[in-house]
Amino acid sequence: MSDCILEMRNITKVFPGVKALNDVNFKVERGEIHCLVGENGAGKSTLMKVLSGVYHHGTYTGDIVYNSEIQQFQSIKDSETKGIVIVAQELALIPELSIYENIYFGHEIMNGKTINWNETIVKSTELLKKVRLDVDPSTKVKDLGVGKRQLIEIAKALSKDVKLLILDEPTAALNEDDSQNLLEIIKELKENGVTCIMISHKLKEIIAIADTITVLRDGATICSMDAKKQVISEAEIIKNMVGREIDSIYPKRQKREIGDVCFEIKDWTVDDPAKGREILHNVCMNVKKGEIVGLQGLMGAGRTELALSVFGNSPKYKIKNGTITMNGKTKDFKNPKDAIKAGVAYVTEDRKGNGLVLIQDIKYNISISGLDMLTKGLVINQNEEIKIANQFKDSINIKAPSITQKVGNLSGGNQQKVQLAKWMFINPQVLILDEPTRGIDVGAKFEIYTLMNRLVEQGMSIIMISSELPEILGMSDRLYVMSEGTITGELMAEDANEQNVMAMAIKS
Amino acid sequence: MEQQKQVVAKSNVFKELGTLLKQNIRDYVMYIALVIIMAFFTYKTNGAFITARNLSNLINQSGYVAVLAIGMTLILILKHIDLSVGFVAGFSGAVAAIVLTQLKLNVWVTVIVVLLVGLVIGLYQGLLVTRVGVPAFVTTLAGMFIFRGLLSLTLQKTGTIIIPDATFNAFSNGFIPDIPGLNLGIHFLTLLIGAVAIVLVIISQIKNRKNKLKYNFKVVSMPIFIFTILFASVIITMIIVLLAKYSGIPWTAVIVAVVLLIYNFMLNKTRLGRYIYGIGGNDQAAELSGIDVKQVTLFAFCSMSVLAALAGILYTSRLQSAAPAAGVGFELDAIASSFIGGTAVSGGIGKVTNTIIGVLVIMSLTNGMNLMGVDISYQYIVKGAIFIIAVAFDVRTRKKGR
Repeated sequence: MSDCILEMRNITKVFPGVKALNDVNFKVERGEIHCLVGENGAGKSTLMKVLSGVYHHGTYTGDIVYNSEIQQFQSIKDSETKGIVIVAQELALIPELSIYENIYFGHEIMNGKTINWNETIVKSTELLKKVRLDVDPSTKVKDLGVGKRQLIEIAKALSKDVKLLILDEPTAALNEDDSQNLLEIIKELKENGVTCIMISHKLKEIIAIADTITVLRDGATICSMDAKKQVISEAEIIKNMVGREIDSIYPKRQKREIGDVCFEIKDWTVDDPAKGREILHNVCMNVKKGEIVGLQGLMGAGRTELALSVFGNSPKYKIKNGTITMNGKTKDFKNPKDAIKAGVAYVTEDRKGNGLVLIQDIKYNISISGLDMLTKGLVINQNEEIKIANQFKDSINIKAPSITQKVGNLSGGNQQKVQLAKWMFINPQVLILDEPTRGIDVGAKFEIYTLMNRLVEQGMSIIMISSELPEILGMSDRLYVMSEGTITGELMAEDANEQNVMAMAIKS
Repeated sequence: MEQQKQVVAKSNVFKELGTLLKQNIRDYVMYIALVIIMAFFTYKTNGAFITARNLSNLINQSGYVAVLAIGMTLILILKHIDLSVGFVAGFSGAVAAIVLTQLKLNVWVTVIVVLLVGLVIGLYQGLLVTRVGVPAFVTTLAGMFIFRGLLSLTLQKTGTIIIPDATFNAFSNGFIPDIPGLNLGIHFLTLLIGAVAIVLVIISQIKNRKNKLKYNFKVVSMPIFIFTILFASVIITMIIVLLAKYSGIPWTAVIVAVVLLIYNFMLNKTRLGRYIYGIGGNDQAAELSGIDVKQVTLFAFCSMSVLAALAGILYTSRLQSAAPAAGVGFELDAIASSFIGGTAVSGGIGKVTNTIIGVLVIMSLTNGMNLMGVDISYQYIVKGAIFIIAVAFDVRTRKKGR
């Protein structure tokens, strides 16, 4: 048997009402890149949190054997001293601090009682070279894009003398170029002897990089596949993940009846006071009844800013010029409330940050935007509310013991379904979906695509913002490409391919 | 066989009790703490604490804090704070005294005028917070200065104003009248109200349980359900009988009960209540869900200041006079009560019904220590210690819950 750096034996972890991990066995060889895949709620993140001591010893059953010793981590600090470092899905950098301050935050280089800043800067520069980042280490983190921040996180991990690096969906928020770059760096780390566990939903990446692929499903290990000797196909991974074959990732629509233009933006020009510059320049776009319009662009192209400014989030953005027309009538949305009243809904890309009230339950989150429909006089009809929440739970398959479950305890895919249910309840004319499948596994993605098809068949119009090219190409009837705050192209789905869309996306 | 069955049933009940205790430890500890505090003072004062007379006193003393704490709970759920309530109450009391004694207006007109003054103050502070964007902490800290100044300015010429109006003074000193013609040696109307209250509690509990069963939600087992109802009934009976033996239900209790019912209804049954919890839980998500965050926040500040004005009326009525020193430290009792009652320091969670328990904890401490003759300096330290222990416990149990 070869050299195992880590073996997790019979790990079981129970949350109130849910068995998140059920007798999981997981083995990682020294010096490999081990990919961990599985649907949302399969238990990947939980397993890694058990490993890194976020869930401390005693809150789970089973053994963690690391470097042939049984470990009982009480906190992240314990696992870090042994060289296990986790880079979480949500980045934990402090925006107002510089790169070098962030890298050594929590384990500062000391000079007696004071911090040795010079040494810190010198070492940070070296680390930045290792992650191939060519920026001044005194740059503030808030001035960096998501891709670069991810690399800073890795540099931070390297500064802790990492032996086993855990990356939880490192490329979820990155565009193609940044993802490629990151994968290259992970390979380099491997050559330098760092073992890496990577959680990811992007199967192409996994196939390109993994030495071993372990699949989790419903809190149990399904299989571990050796990817060194043979090439594992996407279909095989998917089959193991969902327990069934998915013949097509993008479901076909039964009927395609596209009507007249029902929502149109003209000459939309917006200033961002926080950045002190114009971020959108004369954007024009429209969507027709029963149509899915894709909005593609790289990170920072201004897609989310476009959606938010249209949705009436005016305190954040200053609209300099432009009109919104719905069914031939000019509209002026002062706040999201106005937009919702007019029949526009926006599903945010940041579920936890500004999408859901995590400390409240499923039914609360589903009904919150549609309480007007549930209220007679002053009183909310809570029986009706329960009925409707249960209907959505069944019809779009929200996996939870009950609608009184706190949304914060749900997996990403189920949280996303709650967000969709919230807007389906008020039945808007135009639904803006911002990265609707980010951080979501294949099975739930398929469900969300099917749902989108169902909605447009019923006559809704959807604007789908996404940085995943295959998704845009697979789902849209028509698509716009954005770059640096300007629409750089409009294509019908049948004329679009990865090459011509990418060319537009990088045009400036 | 039969016996065995019973043993199994018994152990199941205990098991359920155990999990219930674990899940609701926060609430139970609060009730237990209140009982312990009350028992302690009863013991230390040779029973003087638990007499009907003192309990009536306790209720009358607690009125203004209860009203303030209910309003404060909303503010704290929204992750704001209002430090100005003490002096707003003091100033409102002074206004009431002036309107009543110098303008010689009717009591009810006076009440309306004072509440309107509260509303104007609420609009001023609320607009500063929501439209101008000054943090509530700063806005209301400035409010502390301003209303303290206005209070002493109002009473500058007259000094303390004695209020001769019997109706006004009855708000915090009087009791509900008994049904005329009866002379039973006990306050009959009080007993009647108590009986109605028990029946209402039982009906609402049964209705609630049936509804939950209808939707297959978890309910407690029958023995525990019956025990809870019995327990609640016994507590209500005890309080009612004590009060009935003395002078009946104080008007303050009636006023607080009405405010409590309105706010409890608002938070649990109406859109506004939902929006308040939503904004406290995640204000950005609330905004993007179509909630007018500013408007709801403005409402909370207006409600707070109107309740502060009401508190001012109650306090002035209690003392039967408006004094330049009124209002000092009210905000401390109100904020502490709300937090002791389980409002989350991180916002988004809180119940006005539990806030009332918090008020009883704080005011029992004040009342009991006064009876014992504890020096005021120690009183502050004890209250502060209980407050911080309660919040620390709250923070810990919430963390484990995740």
